[in-house]
Amino acid sequence: MNTFYSTYAVLLKDAQSELRTRYAVNALVMFVVTAAVIVQLAIRSELPSSAVLSGLFWVVVFFAAMSGLSRTFVSEEERGTSMTLQLVASPSAVYFGKLSFNIVLTLLLNSAITILFTVVFPGFVVETFGTFLLTVLLSSIGLASTSTILAAIIAKANTKGTLYPVLAFPILIPLLMTAMRATTRALDGEPFGNAAEEYQILISYIMVITAGSYLVFDYVWKD
Amino acid sequence: MKLVVANLAKEFNRRAIFSDVSFSLELRDSLAITGMNGAGKSTLVKILAGLLSETRGSIEYSVDGKAVPVDMLRDQIGLVSPYLMLYDEFTAKENLSLLSRIRSNSFQIEDRSRELLQQFGLWEKRDEFVRTYSSGMKQRLKFVFALLHQPVLLFVDEPTSNLDEEGVSLVRDVIEQQKKDRILVVATNIHEEAGWCSKRIHLKKI
Repeated sequence: MNTFYSTYAVLLKDAQSELRTRYAVNALVMFVVTAAVIVQLAIRSELPSSAVLSGLFWVVVFFAAMSGLSRTFVSEEERGTSMTLQLVASPSAVYFGKLSFNIVLTLLLNSAITILFTVVFPGFVVETFGTFLLTVLLSSIGLASTSTILAAIIAKANTKGTLYPVLAFPILIPLLMTAMRATTRALDGEPFGNAAEEYQILISYIMVITAGSYLVFDYVWKD
Repeated sequence: MKLVVANLAKEFNRRAIFSDVSFSLELRDSLAITGMNGAGKSTLVKILAGLLSETRGSIEYSVDGKAVPVDMLRDQIGLVSPYLMLYDEFTAKENLSLLSRIRSNSFQIEDRSRELLQQFGLWEKRDEFVRTYSSGMKQRLKFVFALLHQPVLLFVDEPTSNLDEEGVSLVRDVIEQQKKDRILVVATNIHEEAGWCSKRIHLKKI
């Protein structure tokens, strides 16, 4: 019960801090808008296939996430507050609190990218809404889970900016490939059940990454 | 509560910071950790507070004769240190409330935080952002934060840094109070501050 309350308190603290400082949100919004405009300028009046559009969608999600999701731990380290947090909260409360915050942030980010893609690209029309919704939901959790543990690892490094995407990319390849496949199915209007294999992969991915992260977080956080 | 430290050693990248540190503390004990800059005073405090792992040796906390991991003593440990920062984007009151909530003991802090903020002369400034505080006010707020949950074990690293005369006197009162029935550990270079404690260990630079 205490860990649950503590986790909620960490999430609340991060949300309030983000509303005041806008450390992550500013980076995310700037990146998403810039990336969408560049892609739109490159494509112009072409009508790309659903596979290309879903690829572009997840490319923007990946790089936007890389630009903003590490802030949860990096900002604590830069401001010297990570030890304060370590003093008052158990590692599991910190991990799940930060993970919850990153999930919320990723869901907001993906919603914004979806709206932007729908407005900017006429071909980006979600035919099977259920498939798209579940794919975005599961992928957001997977992306947030990977980003959270990597952010904790790189927060203490000197070359944070470059290290983060370099470490994240190989780990996120299975998630991104699966998410792209499922998104293509959603854009093509395939029935919800056709993406069952993708859902299974995404759920397994979340379980493996979250369990692994939880097990190693104590060591990462302490030293 | 009892703390027994035996043959403690710490290395960073195979470079020894200190080695063979041993002592024991019980209720009403106070320990001064002295040593030159770089001798490992702050590192030792961090290890004792459970913020860093030791390389060798052992630290054993026990309550009523039963060994308790330091991670389970989070609500009994207080720490004041130059490397422990509070959140600049929050007010003093918000900092205390948010951090107590994370520590899961927010239900008992209202009266206590008022009392401590008044004692440390910060009550009038409680709704101002910490980023607007002077370094001395931040140091006072760190004491308020450390004492909020009435810790059994109080670690103080450089207790009077950035404080004016009035601040030093307040810290002195806190230290005297803590020594009466609890445990106090002070890391300092200042001879007078080391004299506040009944025990002393001196770390030599390796």
